[in-house]
Amino acid sequence: MTSRIFGSGIRRREDPRLITGQASYTDDIKLPHMAHVAILRSPHAHARITNIDTSAAAESPGVVAVYTGTDTDSVLNPIPCAWIVPDTDTKAVAYPAMASEIVRYVGEAVAVVVAEDRYQAEDALELITVDYEPLPVVVNPEAAMQAGAPQLHDDAPSNQAFHWVAAGGDTDAAFESAEVTVKDTIIQQRLIPNAMEPRSAVASYMSSMGELTLWNTTQNPHIARFVTSMVTGLGEHKIRVIAPEVGGGFGSKIPVYPWEMLAVFCSMQLGRPVKWTETRTENYVASIHGRDHVQHVEMAANRDGTITGLRSLVYAGMGAYLSTAGPGVPTILHGLIYSGPYDIPNIKADIYGVFTNTTPVDAYRGAGRPEATFLLERLVNLLADELGMDPVELRRKNLIPKFEDGHDVALGITYDSGDYLLPLDKALDHVNYRQLREEQARLREHNQYMGIAVSCYCEICGLGPSQVAGAVGFGGGLWESAIVRFYATGKVNVFIGTSPHGQGEETTFAQILSDELGVPVDDIEIVHGDTDNTPMGWGTYGSRTTVVGGAAVALAARKIKDKGKGLAAHLLEAAEEDIDYEDGKFFVRGSPDQNKTIQDIALMANVAWNMPEGMEPGLEASAFYDPPNFVYPFGTHVAVVMVDPDNGNIELTRYVAVDDCGPQINPMIVEGQVHGGVVQGAGQALWEGAVYDDSGQLLTGSMMDYAVPRAHMVPDIEVLSTVTPSPHNPLGIKGIGETGAIASTVTIYNAVMDALKPLGVTKLDMPLTPERIWLAIHQG
Amino acid sequence: MAKTSIQVTVNGKLRQAEVDSRMLLVHYIREELELTGTKIGCDTSQCGACVVLMNGSSIKSCTAFAVQADGAEITTIEGLATDGNLHPLQEAFWNNHGLQCGYCTSGMILASVELLERNPHPTAEEVRSGLQGNLCRCTGYHNIVKSVLAAAEAKGG
Repeated sequence: MTSRIFGSGIRRREDPRLITGQASYTDDIKLPHMAHVAILRSPHAHARITNIDTSAAAESPGVVAVYTGTDTDSVLNPIPCAWIVPDTDTKAVAYPAMASEIVRYVGEAVAVVVAEDRYQAEDALELITVDYEPLPVVVNPEAAMQAGAPQLHDDAPSNQAFHWVAAGGDTDAAFESAEVTVKDTIIQQRLIPNAMEPRSAVASYMSSMGELTLWNTTQNPHIARFVTSMVTGLGEHKIRVIAPEVGGGFGSKIPVYPWEMLAVFCSMQLGRPVKWTETRTENYVASIHGRDHVQHVEMAANRDGTITGLRSLVYAGMGAYLSTAGPGVPTILHGLIYSGPYDIPNIKADIYGVFTNTTPVDAYRGAGRPEATFLLERLVNLLADELGMDPVELRRKNLIPKFEDGHDVALGITYDSGDYLLPLDKALDHVNYRQLREEQARLREHNQYMGIAVSCYCEICGLGPSQVAGAVGFGGGLWESAIVRFYATGKVNVFIGTSPHGQGEETTFAQILSDELGVPVDDIEIVHGDTDNTPMGWGTYGSRTTVVGGAAVALAARKIKDKGKGLAAHLLEAAEEDIDYEDGKFFVRGSPDQNKTIQDIALMANVAWNMPEGMEPGLEASAFYDPPNFVYPFGTHVAVVMVDPDNGNIELTRYVAVDDCGPQINPMIVEGQVHGGVVQGAGQALWEGAVYDDSGQLLTGSMMDYAVPRAHMVPDIEVLSTVTPSPHNPLGIKGIGETGAIASTVTIYNAVMDALKPLGVTKLDMPLTPERIWLAIHQG
Repeated sequence: MAKTSIQVTVNGKLRQAEVDSRMLLVHYIREELELTGTKIGCDTSQCGACVVLMNGSSIKSCTAFAVQADGAEITTIEGLATDGNLHPLQEAFWNNHGLQCGYCTSGMILASVELLERNPHPTAEEVRSGLQGNLCRCTGYHNIVKSVLAAAEAKGG
């Protein structure tokens, strides 16, 4: 018996091209006669443009053309927001590709230069003169809703972009009758995604055919094609979007940005290919940011620790315009999961989306769920303090008991499967929790401050049922599709609609197919990222690619198996119901020697010399998979920190993640996803934060000022798992791309607060910099 | 713009060019030599995606001028494998899942080459310290450290 390929940590087939420098990312593409685009961006957060003089730039060496908003206004439609949540009074203000009258954040485009090379384009930018009349600025989402705050858009009074309320049970009554309540104000600071590859686009418009090819560093080429069609007016069938190698996204490459639309505009105007690639400084102001909530949250409970209610009032900064998926993040992906793994009967989420003079905010790894997990796990710890209970025991008391097929929670969603004690006990066991607490007590006697935190989480991902997508205002479907094509030689291409960019699905999808059909994994190639040669798909985000796209691959494989069975029966002169399949062979039941391998079937189906009556030639199947529900991975994370009160330094000494994403296709890749997610979440807790001053200038405008975690700042991550299959997914799998980032921020935060408890510190904002720690200790 | 004549040996091959004196080394490598395995991640020498070896030392090619490489020997990621065999660090990154999106990988591997030249048997802590000039957003560094330690081991640790 050979070991099963599903579940095997084989090394990735993507890697040879990546470790040798042969992979081609968007900025690596060079087309004949290609010109270069550079964008002049507003240095003001809010200002009226009174004049733009491009004459000197137009005369600059190598310059081909200079355009401003007056050129694009009549040609390009505004950039649409694709997630307008119903019943929220959303103000979908126009987001122009280039500002022609008013700029609303630092980084908004005001002019573009096209030149023969990048240096010449950048030189010419400096020769453009723009006269601005500054307007008042607001950057804090709560402040932006107060009376008298500067207004961004005429049609959005009080800067209110939307107002979303979700309620289940009777929350107000639960609080009125509560024996104990705890509350907090949490600043979910703004984060910068920092995909290592900056954004880039190559646009090539062939005027004779009216056809556009757009190489774009995107997580969802099919959505990019759709939106490009809306913005340019070109038919979708005339647009080809190619996502070549994509260097990380973390949500920042979901949106369709004005910038690639400007590249498209330039190519269409000039009839030649153009390339635009942002600098990192541009990336920081002009690619989306994440989080940015001001949250007022409270929890109600009985004295025995039973949680009875949870409610929030959240001001979620949206930036100056609504980005592609922006409004869905602090609402659907945030509020609906407030119960996490706990049985909480009464919940109310009251959430305002707010315009501010800042870079637009959209999905960033975890997207809404880290913000939900944080407030829940923070409140549980505050409640434990209030009640004098061990925070682990309080969690244990409130966890939803094990369920295998469906559990309804207060806010109306139905979790698929859960066994929350399983990872909790495994984690406690692994770290020897009791011993850790004893060590902590010992160290405290010597004025050494160790902090320990244990978090339980359950999150919602694997987006998702298309009917639900429609009901919650997502401007598209959330199914995936796959085409499995066998060649006569028995080799296979799988064409998928979704678009991995580092998550390794070229490997894991080959493992799925190999497992389903017994084809050697090396005989399978996964094709993705090009709208002209892949079937429709909605992209890689929301931990959905493996869960939804992988299921489509499995279903297509099963169709192949069905057809193969029919052809094998015909070739073996047996009845179809007498044919069994195992390990890549179709055989007559009871006579394993009478068989046809899947390769035999592929050959015979492709040459079609001897097909049964009515069976079509070829061995190819296409499957569309629309999941009946989301998936709900869960787990327990443990962080251990040491805090030095003399200088405020925090050392993250230990991090343990026990996650349950169902059966793992490739444990090595699963672990890699957890490692990366945990460190990104650690970044939010300890180091990262996009800081604006009152005039709307981004003070953390480069990698020198914004602290992305580095190798020496983090420990090895201890990754364990439990396996609870999803009842509805054809492979039983759940998503794992975001769990690390969802759980780690609050776990590390709670660990630091635990360390500081003997020092009387009860309240700190993230990131927990040494300066903040030291001030809190020494100045109260 | 004044042109300057340079001679650079890149991956063992002598190259001659007339370059603008302001041209960055990374642009010379990527645009003129079309060796696009060297990446640009930040333009300010913070991220290390552009690391190449110049006379055996790792440097950030986004913060050097092409003219500074005149007379030098440069190794890029494309020059690391020999006779069709992957360098032990390339092999180790592959075996240990030391990369995800791959964008930081060229710089990460080349920085690790120099690290192991200087310290053939590093501890995990020394690897972490030695790679602090290279950012990765995908891996959390765990498997990168593992890869470098594995390569050190493979080279006869």
